[in-house]
Amino acid sequence: MQDFIELFFNLDIMAQTLPLLLKGFWVTLQLCAVVIGLGLAGGLALAVAALSPSRWLRWSAIGFIDFFRALPPLVLLVFVFSGLPFAGLELSPFMAVVVAFLLNNSAYYAEVFRAGLRSVPGGQAEAARATGLSPTQTLASVVLPQAVRNVLPDLLSNTVEVVKLTSLASVVSLSELLYAANMARSVTYNSSPLVLAALIYLALLWPLVRLISRYQRGLAAH
Amino acid sequence: MVKPPVLEIAGLEKRFGDTVVLKNINLKVREGELVFVIGPSGSGKSTMLRCCNRLEEPTSGAILVEDAKITDIARRDLDKMRMKVGMVFQGFHLYPHMSVLRNVMLAQIKALKRPKDEAETRARDMLERVGLSEKADAMPSDLSGGQQQRVAIARALALDPKVMLFDEPTSALDPELVGSVLKVMKDLRREGMTMLVVSHEMAFAREAADRVIFMDGGLVVEHGSPEQIFGDPQTDRLKAFLSRVSQGAE
Repeated sequence: MQDFIELFFNLDIMAQTLPLLLKGFWVTLQLCAVVIGLGLAGGLALAVAALSPSRWLRWSAIGFIDFFRALPPLVLLVFVFSGLPFAGLELSPFMAVVVAFLLNNSAYYAEVFRAGLRSVPGGQAEAARATGLSPTQTLASVVLPQAVRNVLPDLLSNTVEVVKLTSLASVVSLSELLYAANMARSVTYNSSPLVLAALIYLALLWPLVRLISRYQRGLAAH
Repeated sequence: MVKPPVLEIAGLEKRFGDTVVLKNINLKVREGELVFVIGPSGSGKSTMLRCCNRLEEPTSGAILVEDAKITDIARRDLDKMRMKVGMVFQGFHLYPHMSVLRNVMLAQIKALKRPKDEAETRARDMLERVGLSEKADAMPSDLSGGQQQRVAIARALALDPKVMLFDEPTSALDPELVGSVLKVMKDLRREGMTMLVVSHEMAFAREAADRVIFMDGGLVVEHGSPEQIFGDPQTDRLKAFLSRVSQGAE
């Protein structure tokens, strides 16, 4: 038992490696801000395209969404980071992660937005257009707020997944939280930094997960 | 003196694929007139109405609003035209995430570019006009169907339309709520609003309409004064329709 605590919950080592992990955590937060922001924007654009009356636009968007939802994100990331340099396109680890995640996240967020947009009755957009609102104004003021409200738990769930997936960036040596923790583990020959990293993820995501559950229960109660 | 038409439909045709929904519709609605459109469901009434602000694209024919040929307007310039043609739907379609006041202000601010305070004043005036000033801060879901429809009327009126289109405005309402909406429409008529109304409220048509159009199978089958249409129907189709309606079948 003593060994177990020594190996996984060594407080001295945790305290010692905490500054390194917090640095990594800061990179994780920056990464999250960028990839979630871009993913939401890209996802919304794709969802609108996927519902467009233009067949060409609709099929392109659906093809894009299907392709990147079926492609494992790790494969995509390794391809962008290690595969593209053969074509002369060399990206920094951070940029490689951003590009790979933009492609992957947009596809996932697009599916959520698409479900949301379709859940808003057609009469809403029609009423807005009948009062002279442009298509963009109709989307921004009338349809999107209702769509987001209808799929908020799914948007949040997807966002939790994205935060967790940022740990993939460790594979391309981006010094985010997992990478920092693994470095600390190899330097200290002790697994406590990994446990600490897990606790930091937990502290970040648990409130969100709780919120989603409560929201879903609230919806079910209606 | 005959007043000029505010809304004119000339040779309107609409097809969905091979199905002809409207055939050679010709209709003039003059300033201050209330024209009533009756007919069985599927007769093309609503489609005709929806062509008037191009929510539905006419296949051929012309629609003019105050001499502006709206069937010639490029799609991206439709928004300005639509403000001149107020539309009230069977299903109200108030924006559920906004207060009543915001519902009436939105298009004024976004489409008409009215300053916010001016839009609010106008919205409050319109809500008063439909008898709902005290509901300005309520959410649509807190209102009865009749109240929601009156807000929808206020929302359209706030844009100073030249003509108001009503697409079965009372069909989704409980019977006891119909009267409040019809009263607002009667008030509008008295104030000189030009209106084209698709509805099954025959008693209201008799009382308030200047002219009545009977449509069936995508055609205007008969038109005339309420006295002529209801008192002296000429065609078998209209006679059959009126007797079905009086038995409550339509």
